[in-house]
Formats: sequence, C-alpha cells, structure tokens
Amino acid sequence: MNPRNSYEEIAASLIRLAEERGAGAAEATVSAGDEFEAQIRLGNIETLKEAGSRAAGIRLLFDRRVGSAYTSDLTPEGLRRMVDSAAALAAISTEDPHAGLPGAGDLGALEGDLQLFHESVDALDPAVKIDLARQAERAALDFDPRIDNSEGGSFGSSSGWRAFANSLGFLGSYRSSSCSLSVVPVASAEGRRERDYWFTSARSPEGLESPEFVGQTAARRVLRRLGARKAATQKAPVVFEPRVARSLVGHIFSAVSGDAVYRKASYLAGLLGQPVAGANVTIVDDGTLPGLFGTSPFDDEGVPSRRTAVIEGGVLANYLLNSYTARKLGLKTTGNASRGVTGNASVGHGNLFLQPGDASPEQMISSVRNGLFVTELLGSGVNIVNGDYSRGAAGVWIENGELTWPVHEITISGNLRRMFEQIEAVGSDLEFRGSVACPTLLIGEMTVSGQ
Amino acid sequence: MGLSCSLIAQTFAIGTAELERWLSAALSRGGDYADLYFEYLETTSLSLDESIVKSATQGVTVGVGVRVISGERTGYAYSDDLDSERILKAARTAACIAAGPATIVETGLADVSAPSLYPVPVPAAESTLAERVALIVEADETARAEDSRVFQVQASFADSVKHVLIATSDGRLAWDRQPMARLNVMALVRDASGRVEHGYQGGGGRVGLGHFLEGGLARKYAKEAVRQALVQLGAAEAPAGEMTVVLGPGWPGILLHEAVGHGLEADFNRKQVSAFSGRVGQLVASPLCTVVDNGAMAGRRGSLNVDDEGTPSRENVLIENGVLRGYLQDRLSSQLLGAAPTGNGRRENYQHIPLPRMTNTYMLPGESDPEEIIRSVKKGLYCATFGGGQVDITSGNFVFSATESYLIEDGRLGRPVRGATLIGNGPEALKHVSMVGSDLKLDEGVGICGKEGQSVPVGVGIPTVRIDRITVGGNA
Repeated sequence: MNPRNSYEEIAASLIRLAEERGAGAAEATVSAGDEFEAQIRLGNIETLKEAGSRAAGIRLLFDRRVGSAYTSDLTPEGLRRMVDSAAALAAISTEDPHAGLPGAGDLGALEGDLQLFHESVDALDPAVKIDLARQAERAALDFDPRIDNSEGGSFGSSSGWRAFANSLGFLGSYRSSSCSLSVVPVASAEGRRERDYWFTSARSPEGLESPEFVGQTAARRVLRRLGARKAATQKAPVVFEPRVARSLVGHIFSAVSGDAVYRKASYLAGLLGQPVAGANVTIVDDGTLPGLFGTSPFDDEGVPSRRTAVIEGGVLANYLLNSYTARKLGLKTTGNASRGVTGNASVGHGNLFLQPGDASPEQMISSVRNGLFVTELLGSGVNIVNGDYSRGAAGVWIENGELTWPVHEITISGNLRRMFEQIEAVGSDLEFRGSVACPTLLIGEMTVSGQ
Repeated sequence: MGLSCSLIAQTFAIGTAELERWLSAALSRGGDYADLYFEYLETTSLSLDESIVKSATQGVTVGVGVRVISGERTGYAYSDDLDSERILKAARTAACIAAGPATIVETGLADVSAPSLYPVPVPAAESTLAERVALIVEADETARAEDSRVFQVQASFADSVKHVLIATSDGRLAWDRQPMARLNVMALVRDASGRVEHGYQGGGGRVGLGHFLEGGLARKYAKEAVRQALVQLGAAEAPAGEMTVVLGPGWPGILLHEAVGHGLEADFNRKQVSAFSGRVGQLVASPLCTVVDNGAMAGRRGSLNVDDEGTPSRENVLIENGVLRGYLQDRLSSQLLGAAPTGNGRRENYQHIPLPRMTNTYMLPGESDPEEIIRSVKKGLYCATFGGGQVDITSGNFVFSATESYLIEDGRLGRPVRGATLIGNGPEALKHVSMVGSDLKLDEGVGICGKEGQSVPVGVGIPTVRIDRITVGGNA
C-alpha cells in the first residue's frame, strides 16, 4: 500500500494494527470534513457556524466473527485502543457463515475525474456566502406583500475526505464538496399562516440556481398554499410533482435494498424478473455520473460504483446489494455498500432515478378531470413489508385539467405495488436536486381522505 | 461537589482558569454571552439477526462546542480536539459574529445545583458485553418460540454514556453523566397464504441493564412484537375520512408531541412562525386537556438533570384545562422574549447549536373509565400503537401513523385494520377531545425527535382519550 495523503496513511496504519492483532480480515474507514453555515433572517445574520471534525472506524473479522469500533481520537494511542475494542467485540459475536470482505476481483475504483470536489466551495469568501443567503431571502420577501415573515435564508457548504482500506490490499480516497442555498418564506392571509421552501444544491457554487430564482420560487410556492382547505374523501387520480415524486423512488430503494430482500422484509422480495410497475417505469441506480451527489469512485467496501437497472420497463430487474447481501442471496455485489465510519456495511444508492417520459407536467395536469396535484407529503406512513402507503399531503386540487384551489389536511393512501402499476404518465422533467430524482408522475387512482 | 467530580474535567485536566480563558476568547470581539459545551460519548451497540450476533460496535467521541451570542446573532464553532490551542481557535471563530468592545467574563464560575434523576449504579455501558448479548439472545429465542408463523427476528441493544460539562460567561458551571439504553425487537410473520407482516417493540431510558433484566423486558418486548405482527395478518383495509377515534394509553401520546409540542417551542413563537404564536391565554384544546412537558422525571428517556445549556430541567405546564399557558424555552429565546428559561435547551451533540426541544411530553389523566370511553363510541376507530409523526408548525397540520388499530362498532372493538395515517390541525384537533381516561401511561422509551437536522431522545404519554373528529387516511 502506498498512501497518497494523511487519511490514506491512517487507514493503512489501521489495517497494519489489525493484522498485528491477528485479525483474519479488516476494513478501515477515515472521514474528515469541514462545514460552514450562515442563516439570515429578515435580513440579519442569525447564525454563523464554522468547524471541522474527523473520525476513523475499523471492522475486524476473526474467522467469521465480526467486531467494529470507531473513534474521534486519531492519535496512535486512540487508534490502538479502537482496534483493541473491535477485537474484544469480535470475541463475543457469533460466527456468521456469510461474513467477509468482497472478493478480491470485485475491488477497484473508477478512473478519471468524477468532479466531486471543487476548490471554489472552500475558496468562496464567507461574506459572499452570507450575501447569497441574504439575497435569496430578500427576493422572497420582496415578491409579494402577503409574504410578511420568514424562517430565513441559508447558505451551507461542506467539503471533506473519505479514505478506505482493507486487508486485501485496497487503498483509496476521494475528496468531495457541496454547497446549498435555501429560503423558507412565511405568508399570511385571513389570519392563517403558511410556509414553504425552495433550495438548490451543487458540488460548486457555480452550479447553484441564482438567489433570485430560489427566493422567487419559494415565494410562488408559499403563496399558492394560502387559503388551503380540506378536500372531500374520494378515490381520485394523483399527480406528484418532482419534489415529492422522488420519495416514491426512495421507497423503491428501501424495497430493493439487499438487507430487506434477504430478510423477506420487502414487498418486492422474491419478485425478480416479474412485473412490479407499469411498462412506462424504468428505475436506474447510477453511481458513475460526474458531479452528482450520488456519485463516488468506489462504494464503502472498495467496490467500483456502477450503473444498475432496478426496474426495467416495469419488470423488477435487479436488487441493490453489497457483498454480504449478495452472498446471502447468491448474487453478485452491485457496488452499493454504504456505511458511516464503522460497522457492517448496509446498502445505499448512487444516483437513483426514474427515467423521464415524454409528457410535460402541464399536459399531465390537463389530462386530469378531477384529482389532486401533490406538492408536499408529511409523515412516515409507508410499510415496506407489505407496501401499504398512507401519508399526509398538501397541494392543489385539479378540476377539468386546471390547477384550482389549494388543499391541505388530507391524506393519500394506497399500496406501493398498485401505485407503481397504475402510473398513467411519466413527465419529461427529470432533474437532479439530490441523489434521488424523479419526474412528475400521474397515478391513476388513490384514496384521498379529507372531510 | 467541585469541578473535579466531572469526568471531562479530570480526563482533560480542565480547571476553572482554563474555562474562563476560553470564554474570554469567545467574548474578545464583544457579544453578550458565550458558553462552552464539552461532550465525551461512549456507545455500544449489539445486534442479532437470524439468531447470529452479526454486528457489535463500540465508539468514543469527544468534542467541544463554543457559542457566542450577540443580540439575536449566534456564532458557533466546534472542535473534536480538546487541545487548549484548538479550543481557543474555535472560541475566536465563534467570536467573529460579534463586533464591539470585548465583554468581560464574570469570574468565579458557580456550580449549578441539579437533581440526580438517573443515579444508575452501573450504566449498561459498564456492564459486561456477555450480559447484553444474553439479553438479545433471550429476545430472539422468545420471539421464535412464540408462534410457528414467526420466520425472522431482529433484536438489538444499544447503550451509551454521555458526559457533559457546560460553562457559561454568566457564571454557570454544570456537568452531568447521562446514561441511555434501549432494547429493540422486530419480528416478521408469514401465514399459510404467504402474506408477510411485521411487528416491533422497543424500550429503555436513562437506565442500567438491571431495568431490562428485572422487568423481564426481553421476553415482554419479543412477545409484544410477535403479537403485533400476528394482529396485522388478520387486518382489513382501514377506513377513510373524518371519524371518531379513541387513542389507547402510552405511545399514542405522540399526538401531543406533533399536535402541540413542536408548535410551542419558543424559537418558532419568537419568530411568529408557529400556528400557536400569540395564543398564550387562549383556549387551544378541550378543557379536559392538561398537557405538560417534564424533563425532571426519574430515569426516563427524555429526562435531563440539566439541559444542554446548564439549566436544571423541570415540569412545565403547556396547556392547562385547554388554555395555552406557555412555551418551551432555551436561553436565547427566553432572553429575547423576557421569559424564564424552562430547561428545554437541547442539542444532538457538540457539533450543534442548542434549540428549544421537548423532553417527556404527556397529558394528565382525566376521570373517565377507559372501557367506558370505548363503549361510548357507536362507530369509529381505536388506535393502540403508532409509528412516527410529523408537523408543519406554521400551518399547524400534523400527522401520526397508526400501526395497530381496530374498528369500533356499537361500543365494542371489532376487526383490526391496516396501518393508516391520521391528520389534523394543531390548535384545533384537541378541541375535539371529549373524554380523557384515568389511565395515564408513559411510553416504553423509544422516542427520537428530529428538528433542524438534530435528533434528541424524548418521551411521550397519554391516557385513553376520545377525539370526536379527526381525519383517518385509510384505503377502504
């Protein structure tokens, strides 16, 4: 191993310590990060935060018994104590026939610049960052007199390193950066208040939407909510705008994640190769797209990131797996291992998205005679085991193809299996605002519960 | 008790002279107030899956957060290195928010006198690993033996001890040792038709391993997780629309957390962005409802001897006989609102700024017999267990999701129904409470509350209550 920076040095030294301790296999992770955050409210600085932290973790295998530990103390003494602690824990765990590292042949890293780090995030003057937050909030407050309050505008940025090593000889690290700008305006009318938000995030400040755009978009959204009332209880078609549609793709992730699948704690367990959604639904996980938030050269076990079709033309094509869940299911890892600094890897996603169709959001809305356009979802009423779905919602009611009055204090419910089978139209408006993305979706029928 | 009793002060050789020097650096550019929050956290977690201890992890984190307040502005910096130079650097960074003549730090830090709500003789973290493994093995074996339809069990035990040391520029010095332990059991069941359902039960608090051993909690939680999963195998679609709902006692108190608790946090009210802003003294609930937040309860998950700003916790009445009485304060909001601090300034860890947060939030018992409450309902829904909830504090709309409920028909519990989300509006929902039971119960100790990216442990509780009208998001 030839460490190229101090983080790789620590990771490599941890593998050496583990081997000295007699571990049969070991994985070490080091992460370090700096963060900056400025919050502005009603034009004044409310909070400024600036700091950094580092941590390291180790996972040891003695035969097939696993122990892990982490620490924020990166002195040689602190690292040694951590390795001792992990070894003591391995002694009390049970032999797990499937425990282990990925196969040596599965290890590796994507080559080339994935555009994960931009110097400009760290280089940007704090005064400029503060001013961006102020301008964004100003743009919202100036938009309409009904916007009479604000929870503030904020600019956040972070950058950091992640290094990983294992006892099969893998050693790698990468640096990443991100920044975001957001505004939360509050509007009132007839004694009732509403709030909404808009945000933009990117790996570099140049990739952000302008503060005016962020402020005005947030303003339009909050104004659209004023005067909201409940809808009558009924079965109706529901249009999900991208900001909420992405949560549906997130539920698919939970259901195809290897951990849930091997335990049969997912409604999609055992359905590989079968239709689980409309033929117009293709969902892809791609950890290789340059500059996006779900991109990385390798996963948290040292396996290169890749592109995996999860649902293809409505058919369940692949589960997302790390090496452990792959061994459990008799499949191959898909490079989706994910963890903090320690512990067994769970399953994560790269850039997970539903492929766009050709309908414009306007066309989709105009195709609905009587239904709901959802702009916000509340709560956690989703059961991945049986697919049951019931969440709080707010949005705008659609009458004869037009967005009409704002609606709130309702729930929408159904079952994920049926909802995905009943996707009648997929929008063309796919946009990555995070690592999960989805265009506008029209679901043929759900239960709207209100008055 | 002197500062030397603090583990952090001992371990890192921190005396009052050092604390005063760092506070002075924090106020070197002006500012009204500064504080230091030192944290030393040790965690252990063990998890059993498929009857195998697949994961065992321990960790240690240390850090200090430095905060400077100047008017409504807050500067914050933290360090995971307790070297004096690094702390000074963090103090100077936080100081940059303030511009003005340097403020003098009051000399002579005085200890805050605080109760001892969780004098756990041996916190779980200091008991042996083998004892903790035995606990999750017992849970696993109990669940598997409970019913032949059980095919997967996951059991985990997580515990921690957090030592904190807090010093403020207005002369307060407080430290605390905060144990926490939690046992979780999840069971999956499958019936002959292949239908799969799951059930979950967990609990704990600021307690030692003895709490779980003496209470036989591994067996109790395992049986409860299996019972809930089996009930779901027979559940029909839940009803949809407005109806009468009876909440069972205990964890359904999450209603209070979402419907009123968050909306009464002082930061939202100081900024006038809560649906409850400006409503102190007004009727916001049925006169049958008295709701308190109480951080000063022995051994409970949401309890604190002192909050994360060094203020002793206490019982605060939020709603008294339906009338809004007050807000949950942290130091910043209480100063700006001219109110007394209430001991609710909390943070996830040293990397975060304290915010007004709940502790243990519950409704005081009423006079109705719980069975009488169910008998009073001709047609409605009885909700026994919930998952999570969420609130939009500005509109006041909140949700909480029932995971075990039954139809009520002619005053009797009928068929179980599938999970459904309930939605209401904070200042309105509790006005429809028409009966409050005598059976106040607090939850088992599983609550995690999220706000602005920070998670803190909380508790909730409620007696059986009847709500005449609330929207149920079923699919029938």
